Amino acid sequence: MRLRLTQEEAAFREEMRTFFTTEIPEDVRESVRTGRHIGKDGFVRTMRAMNAAGIAVPNWPLEWGGKDWTPLQKHLWHEEMQLACVPPPLAFNAGMIGPVIAHFGTQEMKERFLPATANLDIWWAQGFSEPNAGSDLASLTTRAERDGDDWIVNGQKTWTTLGQHADWMFCLCRTDPEVKKQAGISMLLFPMDSPGVTLRPIELLDGTFEVNEVFFDNVRVPGENLVGEANQGWTQAKFLLGNERVGVAPVGATKRALATAKDHAKETGALDDPLTAARFVELENALLALELTALRVVANSSDGKPHPASSVLKLKGSELQQEVTELLVDLAGPLSLASGSTTVPEWAAHTVPTYLNFRKASIYGGSNEIQRQIIAGTILGL
Amino acid sequence: MDFELDDEQAALRDAVRGLLKGYDPATNSEHRRKVTATDPGYDEALWARLAEMGLLGLPFAEADGGMGAGPVEVALVAEEIGRVLAPEPYVAAVALAGGVVAALGSDEQRAQILGEVSSGERLLAFASGQVAEPVIQGARADTIVWEVGGEVFLVDRPAGATAYRTHEGGRAARLEFDRSAATPLGSGGDAREALAAVVARARIVACHEALGAMDTALRLTTSYLTTRQQFGVTLNRFQALTFRAADMYTDLELTRSIVTWATLVAADGDADALQDASARAKLQTVRAARRIGQEAIQLHGGIGVTDEFSIGHFTSRLTALSHWLGDARDQVAALSAGIGDHGVLDPLD
Repeated sequence: MRLRLTQEEAAFREEMRTFFTTEIPEDVRESVRTGRHIGKDGFVRTMRAMNAAGIAVPNWPLEWGGKDWTPLQKHLWHEEMQLACVPPPLAFNAGMIGPVIAHFGTQEMKERFLPATANLDIWWAQGFSEPNAGSDLASLTTRAERDGDDWIVNGQKTWTTLGQHADWMFCLCRTDPEVKKQAGISMLLFPMDSPGVTLRPIELLDGTFEVNEVFFDNVRVPGENLVGEANQGWTQAKFLLGNERVGVAPVGATKRALATAKDHAKETGALDDPLTAARFVELENALLALELTALRVVANSSDGKPHPASSVLKLKGSELQQEVTELLVDLAGPLSLASGSTTVPEWAAHTVPTYLNFRKASIYGGSNEIQRQIIAGTILGL
Repeated sequence: MDFELDDEQAALRDAVRGLLKGYDPATNSEHRRKVTATDPGYDEALWARLAEMGLLGLPFAEADGGMGAGPVEVALVAEEIGRVLAPEPYVAAVALAGGVVAALGSDEQRAQILGEVSSGERLLAFASGQVAEPVIQGARADTIVWEVGGEVFLVDRPAGATAYRTHEGGRAARLEFDRSAATPLGSGGDAREALAAVVARARIVACHEALGAMDTALRLTTSYLTTRQQFGVTLNRFQALTFRAADMYTDLELTRSIVTWATLVAADGDADALQDASARAKLQTVRAARRIGQEAIQLHGGIGVTDEFSIGHFTSRLTALSHWLGDARDQVAALSAGIGDHGVLDPLD
């Protein structure tokens, strides 16, 4: 047992901290710090700065720009980024399709897509969920049918996050309706401006546009854009979602949000109220327990198998992330109603929209009910 | 950062587990009831075997007759005790009362008293205040380590003692003291700072005992859910129940992380960090213990409230540990005092 980082690990952490606090555009970090949405441009400039330094896609194979970092180093990279208000590399590129292409794609496909994906020259959209396939993803009905060497795609996706910025989509399609539902799915890649693709933004409760519906009407996709083999899509999706669980607990971002909330509570004097101070204490402690659990997981998962405790990270991480947004609303008090005002403090005006927006955190990436199902089934054997 | 036991520590854990297996609730739920039914509420023959194995002297210096082991080793013994709900007063007598003697005693006092504690010949209890209650094993103890007004004394025979059984099968007493019969521990004088450090260490050890108990409470509960049938199916077919077990697991793992971290902080030696870490570990432990204890009974149904079935005893013991050496309110108050002096918490600094 050892409490501290080794000298090398501490030096690595310092290197990351320096990079993120000095090499990422300050206006982007300021937007993240104050809870404003960063536009496409903010994501692109950030990811390119990281890619130029060779640290945008550490989870990828070495030959495609990955790093042979330990799980702990990856954790430190991720935490320091969040603490420095740096938006992480676009998940659809860095965490999802990149690793899938690197693992399942042909050499030609890798060369065509991976460098552009790492540099965010291509912005990917995730075409997974459908109106009738959410948690039960394998029930998806968007279909792709052979037409010579090509595929013809018809159907609809939804909850396509930031699809309005996307250049390409990786899309799960039903390619064999006759077999067991998991066995008849394939993954296709196509440009968002292909004829027959229509995107309809969905306005969220906080007035923002983060997700979209995407409709496919006889979209023609060349055969070479099939990832791996036909009907291998479910395996690829599971591989992708397995990657998604790395770094799912937004510990650093939540810690930063809580520290910011504490600053506001100091300014308003609320922190002198024992009831408010106690809420900070309880939240900070739960967050510490979560962070230590994340560290336990990364420090002991070097054999490649995820630590069983990793399944609590998404569940508890999203709950605590939401609790901090809740606390901020309560700190703003009546001013939380003044969300349209330009005279109340900006943080107070943002609290309720942010609180409402972050109800999503316990729904996406495998809802918390799915997480409980995994814990009960896989870990507890129930 | 590394939270796993090394081979030697794992071997010690297995040996302790072997020694305590008579209490295993899965195979012998009656044994603990039998032992706790008669005074002194624990198995003195087993206590002697713990001494033979060196466990009663584990934290004490070799020069004082101990084994010179660190907080990690003491913690894992406590965790095994908690795992089977062994009623032996290990944390109270060894980690707490023994810890005070180790911190404050003169060379001679340490060698004599800790030597006899290690060999199992002398049982210590720790008491605080002119009238102290509840003092764990206060009536059975051979020597009371008595704190009053920040000074610490050794007392062989308190002026008054009223013994009773506690709700979880333990023994405690109300003790009244008379200063004339007390011998100063070490050089005497104000020992508050050293005492606070010993209490913080013992608090963390007690959290490990609770951790072991929570681990078993969950295990017994999941085992029950997979065997008990209602409506023609086992209970694990009901998602309303399995989801609650999943939440128990989440509480347990978060607690394991913070309690293990606190032990590493204790091993590291910084006094302020130790106080902070012990408060944090205790707060999380109390929160988790209440939820896990309540859910364990609820998921067992009516038998959870019976004395015959062991699960309720876990809840009873967890409740006792939650209110011993500072409860959640104490920890929140302590941590509130410092809430404004840092931005983000950084356990790696």
